[in-house]
Amino acid sequence: MNDTPSEKSDRREFIKCASCVIGGAIGLVPMAAGVYVAMDPLRHSGDGTAKTNDGFMRLATLEDLPLGGAPMKYSIVADKADKWSRYKDMPIGAVYLQRTTEKQVVAFNTVCPHLGCFVDYRKEEKDFFCPCHNSNFSQTGALKTGVSPRGMDSLEVELRNDREVWVKFQHFKANTTEKTPVNS
Amino acid sequence: MMKQLFDWLEHRTGARKVVNEALYENIPGGSRWRYVWGSTLTFTLAVQFITGIFLWMGYAPSATSAWESVHYIQEQMTGGWFLRGLHHWTAQVMTVLLVLHLMQVVIDGAYKAPREVNFWFGVLLLQLVLALSLTGYLLPWDQKGYWATKVATDILGSTPLVGSYLKELVLGGADYGHHTLTRFFALHAGVLPAAVIALTAGHIYLFRRHGITAKTPLKKRDEYFWPEQVLKDAVACLAVLATVLFFVVKYHGAHLDAPADPSSNYPARPDWYFLFLFQFLKYFPGHWEVLGAVVIPGIVMTLIFLMPILGKWKLGHRFNIGLLCAVLIGAGTLTISALREDKANVTYQASVKQAANDAIVVKDLAKTRGGIPPDGALVLLQGPKLFAQHCAGCHAYGGHNGLLAALSGPQSAPDLKGFATREYLTALLDPAQFKSAKFFGGTKHANGKMAKFLEENADALAGTNKVNLAKVIKAVSAEAGIQSQRPMDTRDATEIAEGKKQFEALGCTDCHSLGKWNPEDSTAPDLTGYGSRDWMMALLHDPSHERFYGKKNDRMPAFGKDQKLSRQQLERIVDWLRGE
Repeated sequence: MNDTPSEKSDRREFIKCASCVIGGAIGLVPMAAGVYVAMDPLRHSGDGTAKTNDGFMRLATLEDLPLGGAPMKYSIVADKADKWSRYKDMPIGAVYLQRTTEKQVVAFNTVCPHLGCFVDYRKEEKDFFCPCHNSNFSQTGALKTGVSPRGMDSLEVELRNDREVWVKFQHFKANTTEKTPVNS
Repeated sequence: MMKQLFDWLEHRTGARKVVNEALYENIPGGSRWRYVWGSTLTFTLAVQFITGIFLWMGYAPSATSAWESVHYIQEQMTGGWFLRGLHHWTAQVMTVLLVLHLMQVVIDGAYKAPREVNFWFGVLLLQLVLALSLTGYLLPWDQKGYWATKVATDILGSTPLVGSYLKELVLGGADYGHHTLTRFFALHAGVLPAAVIALTAGHIYLFRRHGITAKTPLKKRDEYFWPEQVLKDAVACLAVLATVLFFVVKYHGAHLDAPADPSSNYPARPDWYFLFLFQFLKYFPGHWEVLGAVVIPGIVMTLIFLMPILGKWKLGHRFNIGLLCAVLIGAGTLTISALREDKANVTYQASVKQAANDAIVVKDLAKTRGGIPPDGALVLLQGPKLFAQHCAGCHAYGGHNGLLAALSGPQSAPDLKGFATREYLTALLDPAQFKSAKFFGGTKHANGKMAKFLEENADALAGTNKVNLAKVIKAVSAEAGIQSQRPMDTRDATEIAEGKKQFEALGCTDCHSLGKWNPEDSTAPDLTGYGSRDWMMALLHDPSHERFYGKKNDRMPAFGKDQKLSRQQLERIVDWLRGE
């Protein structure tokens, strides 16, 4: 049976079309499955952050912090879940503690609000200094000079039992003027 | 607009010419279904590259993270089971397609001049794909992969003169460990794929250079590759994908056994496509093994490699077809006999069943215990394994031995699932249940003071004192500090404090103590810290200590005091029982 030229052309077009559709579909399956799985972190955002009871951790006592003295660095150690693993007592960050009055302690996250570098305290200059992009903060955490969009991130502090210093450890969104907590 | 863009691109890259050359290849006698095998293999290769790279994003090659990361991909990542299933089942289907492609090439005589080099490229590709299968099998670091690969590397190690050096190089050390995985992974995801890409490029180039080996007589007039043959190839690839998807859905991805455990009696078996070699070795005892493992497979592979040269001989082509048929029939027969032997082997079946149970237990623990400790998932399994070995002779755990298997004899001591929880104590203090086989029915305590106390006070405890008993239960259970109950314990602090007072009011202090051990008045186990880690460790150390059962101890061994188990082993059991 001979097809007319028009039928032949239609058939050829159909074959071309079918080839492209099937070819595209079979390629799409593994690629889509892979991309979908690669997007998994977006479906679990917030996982892997350290868990503490009410967010507050006991870091020091008032006696540990000299009145009007230089800020002192304290490591934050907590249980941490990281994908399949659970860790006990892992270092998850650090804070600077500074006793400003008899019964008042201020705390700063050691991370620069600009792009997350670890900020040093300079004893001679009595300031905080970020070694990455040279942002400079006063002892009160206020931005003095540099590219950081805001001052150092202060943390909530509670005095419990009249002498224990408890700090609510948090991270904040980098490089924004507003101080927005992340993964909380 | 599009035309201008394509023209621009063509002028700079010559892409159109390349595409045209690829699509408008002449096929003598027109498109045929028998020409699809090469394309299906290229397709499966592409699937493996795509899925492999995405799996790579979630895989962590080390002895304490490989199984754990694969388990995470499979169980926690949305769609991870599907991705892993695609990779696994495509690998299986690829092996079948390789054999079909080889059969087609040999039967059609497509290895003959001038296509010898291309045939050799193909044989090398076959070996590379088998090497990919072998290396990939180990990567999940589960029982199946570990033991199968161990046999393969031990065979390598038995190679005369250089075996031990080769083995050490492959393993990255004297024994299996972190570097075994990093090396296998580098081979599987780096070295071998690079070689496959290079050889496949050469294979396709040479195939195009010499053209298709047309099956004569030609039934139709010549056609271009596009679109008739492309459609046939695409439909064949679709059928391959459908087959893969069928298995992916049927088995919900790919099987993952319990984590590799060098101390277990897991029956080592290679994957099905190497089963014939495994079976073959059974016929070569002792020092003859090298014949079955290296010499004969080497001769067969050499003969396959020499097919283009043998084919020049008058009866060469027939010899080649005969050889291939003999190898395939031989391999098929050996595979069937291996499967039959295993099916009839009761010990093997029991081991497989136990391994499957281990996998269920460890996956459940990984899920319910808030993650896997840094030491790896194998540590999670140690608790139930030690319990099954040392405790399940008398105790049960949820009606089984801790590893989902039946107890070897009748249960004669309490079922310890949920030990010290509120539910556990509520059931224990029910007079009927206390004397049942679930608790103390199989011990001399069935007729002891506690049983009598519960019977004599049954009405009061179920009536006027029901509320007070509930408070006592909460108070005693809170002593354990069980992780899953902590929020409840914090919430019920007032009732727990009240429960401690009721402990005395209900007469519990006549025999037990709570809050502080009082050796003078206590004639029954001290309930201070009952069910806590320290309390349980002390009990396991010596249950006959006067703080616990003293002389009334029925049969429980002093695991710590008599050094039956190490402190670390006891901790594993205790942590597991406490749900930590």
